[in-house]
Amino acid sequence: MNRKTLLALTLAAPLAHAAEESHTQHTHSMQDDEHAAHQHMGHGYPAPQEASAPAAPNLRHAPNEPDHVMDHEVLLTKVTIDQLEARENDGGALEGSVWFGGDKHKAWFKTEVERAEGETEKAELQALYSRAIAPYWDLQMGVRHDFELESDSRNWGVLALNGLAPYFFEVDTSLFVGEDGDTALRLEAEYELLFTQQWILSPEIEVNFFGQNTPETHTGSGLSDVEAGLRLRYEFTPQFAPYIGVNYEKKFGNTADFARDDGEATSETTWVIGLHAWF
Amino acid sequence: MNRTREPQIALPALSRRRFVTGVAAGAALLGMPAGANSAVPRANPTPQTLRGNQFDLHVNYQPVNFTGRERTAVATNGSVPGPILRWKEGETVTLNVTNHLAHDTSIHWHGIILPTGMDGVPGLSFNGIRPGETFTYQFELNQSGTYWYHSHSDFQEQQGHYGSIVIDPAEPDPVACDRDYVVILSDWSDESPHDIYAKLKKEGHYYNRRRRTAGDLWDEIRQKGVAQTWQDRKMWNEMRMSDRDISDVTGYTYTYLMNGQTPDGNWMAQFKRGEKVRLRFINGSAMSIFDIRIPGLKMTVVASDGQNIEPVTVDEFRIGVAETYDVVVEPVDDRAYTLFAQTIDRSGFARGTLTPHPELRAEVPAMDYAPVLTHRDMGMDHSGHNMGGMSGMDHSDHDMGNMGGMDHSDHDMGNMGGMDHSGHDMGSMGGMDHSGHDMGSMGGMDHSGHDMGSMGGMDHSGHDMSSMSGMDHSQHAGMQSGNAGQYSLHGGRPELGGMQGVWFTDGLVRAGHGSNSPIVHLPSEYRYGVDMRSEMPGNGLNDPGIGLRDHDTRYGRRVLTYADIRNLTPTIDRREPTRELQLHLTGNMHRYMWSMDGIKFNDAEPLMLKYGERIRITLVNDTMMTHPIHLHGMWSELETGDSEYIPRKHTIIVQPGSKISYLVTADAYGRWAYHCHLLYHMPGMFREVRVV
Repeated sequence: MNRKTLLALTLAAPLAHAAEESHTQHTHSMQDDEHAAHQHMGHGYPAPQEASAPAAPNLRHAPNEPDHVMDHEVLLTKVTIDQLEARENDGGALEGSVWFGGDKHKAWFKTEVERAEGETEKAELQALYSRAIAPYWDLQMGVRHDFELESDSRNWGVLALNGLAPYFFEVDTSLFVGEDGDTALRLEAEYELLFTQQWILSPEIEVNFFGQNTPETHTGSGLSDVEAGLRLRYEFTPQFAPYIGVNYEKKFGNTADFARDDGEATSETTWVIGLHAWF
Repeated sequence: MNRTREPQIALPALSRRRFVTGVAAGAALLGMPAGANSAVPRANPTPQTLRGNQFDLHVNYQPVNFTGRERTAVATNGSVPGPILRWKEGETVTLNVTNHLAHDTSIHWHGIILPTGMDGVPGLSFNGIRPGETFTYQFELNQSGTYWYHSHSDFQEQQGHYGSIVIDPAEPDPVACDRDYVVILSDWSDESPHDIYAKLKKEGHYYNRRRRTAGDLWDEIRQKGVAQTWQDRKMWNEMRMSDRDISDVTGYTYTYLMNGQTPDGNWMAQFKRGEKVRLRFINGSAMSIFDIRIPGLKMTVVASDGQNIEPVTVDEFRIGVAETYDVVVEPVDDRAYTLFAQTIDRSGFARGTLTPHPELRAEVPAMDYAPVLTHRDMGMDHSGHNMGGMSGMDHSDHDMGNMGGMDHSDHDMGNMGGMDHSGHDMGSMGGMDHSGHDMGSMGGMDHSGHDMGSMGGMDHSGHDMSSMSGMDHSQHAGMQSGNAGQYSLHGGRPELGGMQGVWFTDGLVRAGHGSNSPIVHLPSEYRYGVDMRSEMPGNGLNDPGIGLRDHDTRYGRRVLTYADIRNLTPTIDRREPTRELQLHLTGNMHRYMWSMDGIKFNDAEPLMLKYGERIRITLVNDTMMTHPIHLHGMWSELETGDSEYIPRKHTIIVQPGSKISYLVTADAYGRWAYHCHLLYHMPGMFREVRVV
């Protein structure tokens, strides 16, 4: 599966989970309320005509947005392209997410795709139900699908804790359990250092652990690999920010042994150029 | 330069964007062609003044151009703001409001005491006005002064649906003046309010273009050293909050208007030297709190929220969203003066000119320094806090707000004999370091009688602490051992039913003097929708507010505080309150959720009041934002320490990490809205008040 298909999948439409929230709109039982009874006195006027709103950008009013301001619980969709980048040596990467829902319940998709030397090395998609459990934390549950190019695709169950840790570290911790009882743990953390309101340096680290050796995917038990990045972006708007950066990957333990057996390097540093955006 | 959904390429030189000061409307008046090119400034229709007691108002779409771009406003009778309605006390007004929009609309007459069915809140007072329909409002005017009206539907207020009301008194006006001008302030965005709201929900700091940078950190380290800087940043970092979060929506998208004119448009009012000029300031913004001054002129504040007050002369005052202040100025020189209204976060300003000759202009001052929040604004500073809450002690007359000038930076609690703090684990409150306190400097204060056990009614047993990650209350045994009957979750009136927050019925301070009840955070405040709680809220009465506190010492400007306001005539309802409601303003900036007591409007039961009763409402602000809170249908009688002349307001600013109290006489049957008047806080920070 190529990256385009994946992206399309990631952008795929609404899930049912969050729909619950759409029904939380408070409906006052106006009929029962004598104070509110039929105050309309305009009956002598001509029948209501449908006035059509001019298509002005500042009058945008989506169909699901209520007319009562205090009932304004709307379902939103946020698409985040965390990284969409070209890397040295004909490589590239996409890391992004889409969420849909309200304050408490969201459907959440995450994707990671990595290419090196013209070939897709890793492509995964997670589909999660996300629930706010603490002021800064969401608990997420769902499935992850790995699109394997050389071997069979794999599915994992996912339990993740996603949020903002003290000192403003954005953290995503995921525990994966495979169909055959395999386990994996991924820790991701990201920080933003503002040089100005628009020049932002973002260090990031991802650490992977596995519970077993899996020769097909070249992953070994224990600490498997660490990926660290440093990206400097310029926010033309908060939603549109190209960046340059450097990405460092290193394999450890049995995973490193698999790589050495294949004659691959166990560590690599690459320059990257890409785009950070959300809408 | 405006934010639209399309990414825009901006030059680095513009990185610190100056807010749009707008287009000069005068250009069109000089005969320039209008309409052909959207970049050509075109005059926006200016509001008319309508008088009488019969009005036909039409809510319609209106092309406007405030920034050099054509946009469509929701206007009233074709103008933004809508017409000034000039009424007369004692008359009955009839207003036929016709909706020419594609969506429901409504008009709420802000601050007018009227029957619930005429209040104009869809879902509470009526069903709203459907497209094409006409709704007739009719009510008697039993008050005079400066008020305003606005839509209570959707986010139409942000789109231009607001206007001014002036009610002339039946008796001779105690305020004599030669000229009388309405000055309504507002904030305009070329963005759709739905887009603004969505952006805030997705990234709460979207419009904050003053976030801390590495440079700020470096400056701080050079001034204070690494250790002190780390200490100072610790709380903010641990709480994941920014001390630069002053306004949710800023000059990054807003252009600020004075009577519908941009700063470049420069609204002008004329005077002759020696005249008394009455300026009726109305904050008709969606989200912007303004600090107003007229360099070179003293302002005598004569009315607040429409009600006459004992005149008080100041150089500067803060006006929360929906508040009104009438001031009288007496220019003695034959020169022009700038009416300068800078936003609380100093990201922009509205401006106009008071001038003896149309061609005379005055200098527009630079904006003042932009404020940052302090521990005090988080409700956890000891310097200004009112310890009256500990019920065993009678501190009701202590006005600790006056302690502002004291330096508490090095507290030593040595003298506080009986106060045992040893068991407190406040570490999780985010870096509250009390280790260095020297309370010896508090001189005459005897705290030796402190016994936390006497905090009686504080029952923490029901708290769901799971989300508090590490907050240890286990040593607070004393708080639970007290007399648990002191407050009730049911208003002390079982027949009114429902969970309605915290009500106190015993030991209430007498009318006019605020509250000394303990601060109680309900279990509902310990959920994902609430990111902080003020453990020791300060007194919001004497505090001019964030960014104004040092204007006296720094610039020699006297700034109005709520404590300065005394009603011109004696208090009408002299009864003591029989119940006290403690309501907490809560939110989560990161998720952009707002609520009261941690409960959003959608999930909340109405607050039930018994017709005729007199209650006290104490608002505790558990957020870092300044919230203007508006009660419909009844006056909010602000307790400023003088029970004889209690000022009546309709909208009350509650400062960050502070509390404030006011009395309410439930003299109006029906269903009433009670909410924060910041438009994008309204979806959650909203309650129905039902008087039965």
